[in-house]
Amino acid sequence: MSKVIVVTSGKGGVGKTTTTAALGAALALQGKSVVVVDFDIGLRNLDLVMGAERRVVYDLISVTQNQAKLHQALIRDKRMENLWLLPASQTRDKDALSEKGLTKLMKELRGQFDFIVCDSPAGIERGALMAMRHADEAVIVTNPEVSSVRDSDRIIGLLDSRTEVAEKGGRVEKHLLITRYDEARAGRGDMMKIDDVLDILLVPLLGVIPESEQVLRASNLGQPVTLASPLSAPSRAYTDAARRLMGEAVTMNVPRERHKLIAKIFGGRAA
Amino acid sequence: MSSSRVSLRLLGRSYLAFVLAPEAPFSDWLAELDARLPRQSEFFTNRPIIADLSSLIPTASETEEVIDAIEKRGLRLVAVEGVDPGWLPSRLAPLPGAPMPAGMFSPDGPTSQMPPRPARSKFDQLAEEKKPSSLLLEEPLRSGQSLIFPQGDVTIIGSVASGAEIIAGGSIHVYGTLRGRAFAGTSGNPKARIFCNRFDAELLVIDGLYKTADDFEPELLGAQIQAHLDRDVLNIEAFH
Repeated sequence: MSKVIVVTSGKGGVGKTTTTAALGAALALQGKSVVVVDFDIGLRNLDLVMGAERRVVYDLISVTQNQAKLHQALIRDKRMENLWLLPASQTRDKDALSEKGLTKLMKELRGQFDFIVCDSPAGIERGALMAMRHADEAVIVTNPEVSSVRDSDRIIGLLDSRTEVAEKGGRVEKHLLITRYDEARAGRGDMMKIDDVLDILLVPLLGVIPESEQVLRASNLGQPVTLASPLSAPSRAYTDAARRLMGEAVTMNVPRERHKLIAKIFGGRAA
Repeated sequence: MSSSRVSLRLLGRSYLAFVLAPEAPFSDWLAELDARLPRQSEFFTNRPIIADLSSLIPTASETEEVIDAIEKRGLRLVAVEGVDPGWLPSRLAPLPGAPMPAGMFSPDGPTSQMPPRPARSKFDQLAEEKKPSSLLLEEPLRSGQSLIFPQGDVTIIGSVASGAEIIAGGSIHVYGTLRGRAFAGTSGNPKARIFCNRFDAELLVIDGLYKTADDFEPELLGAQIQAHLDRDVLNIEAFH
């Protein structure tokens, strides 16, 4: 059974593309055949993070408009033979993506891959709606700060109403992935607590990815962090998240805010 | 050529319009509106507004001025009631056959008053009150979602997110955290109340009387509360 997973957030810059690449590579490392699909038409980035920017010939738009065959557009990863990229078009407008062409493409991808991981553009416009359209599951990427959380909440509402599954009366399975979690800032109390984020969004937690230089470095090198430094803290968190997506029960260590404890020790002045 | 015919879908949709009823003297009413608008401007953006001029009783030229003044403030008028429809630009005339409020001029006799509506018997009123009219939502209301139920009470088992809103003709019950906006008694029901397990709302309104987050007592935040009207004052009380 193939699974279509959309990586979405509403807000930009929270780590959707990084997450798509890292989860895609982690799933491939677990032996699954995976394609990561860039839906950010006109602002494509996934090819850069995957290190394939010089190998893009055809793209999502050329396939959906029947200008190229799917196998011509798919780019096989140089490091792993079961990991593929379907890039977005950089020169076209997002309106060039037709719903009919996309439906046909997704059917074709389902026939070839175990996991189809869709990297959604930011926002709640057509591009984001198209990316979630055919999803069976969604990974909602959220930073522990109020604006990101509110935008995620908005996106969850759309996942419950504007996806094909929802329109047929079903439910897109949703997972919350908290990224850029900074333990030092959490300790000072100037970041939202994980429990508060969960309390607002009411979506099961898939994982917490710590803020790390490794992630940035990997992106700039054109490598998913799970391939670049597989033993780093963010990689391990992404790998655990990927295994949870595969249905495995992996225990989770949710970083609980330490300042709470410290505050308790020093007289309980926590707000 | 494809032989399949395109199917034509006709969907019915009803939505809630808000009624502004200016009172004489109009300039005072307008000043009050201006004082409140900056805080409510976001709320009124793209909301259909109906102006009910029946208590203002304007002349034809005054009607024009009133419409002008309201539209100049960025409010989106969809209809004007309570004046001779002949005075109105056609886009604002009430639809033929639409129910008319009392005191409205009839279209065929521009100057004659509409016959008063027959008084409803006590029995009719009771029958109406008995009709079950409530809505239960068993999931959270997400940011950007509006739940509009002018027929009666709304109960939500779950939270109402910041940026979400409930608009109910009757009372609102939230078994969760109320972070968004709640409008109770919108169909003119001052007895409507708002209840929530945890109070962190952006705006509470009962029968048109409102309080914004700036007006809330800080000690009420996070508490289990109810809001109700007490002689035109919106009271918020914590349950102990």
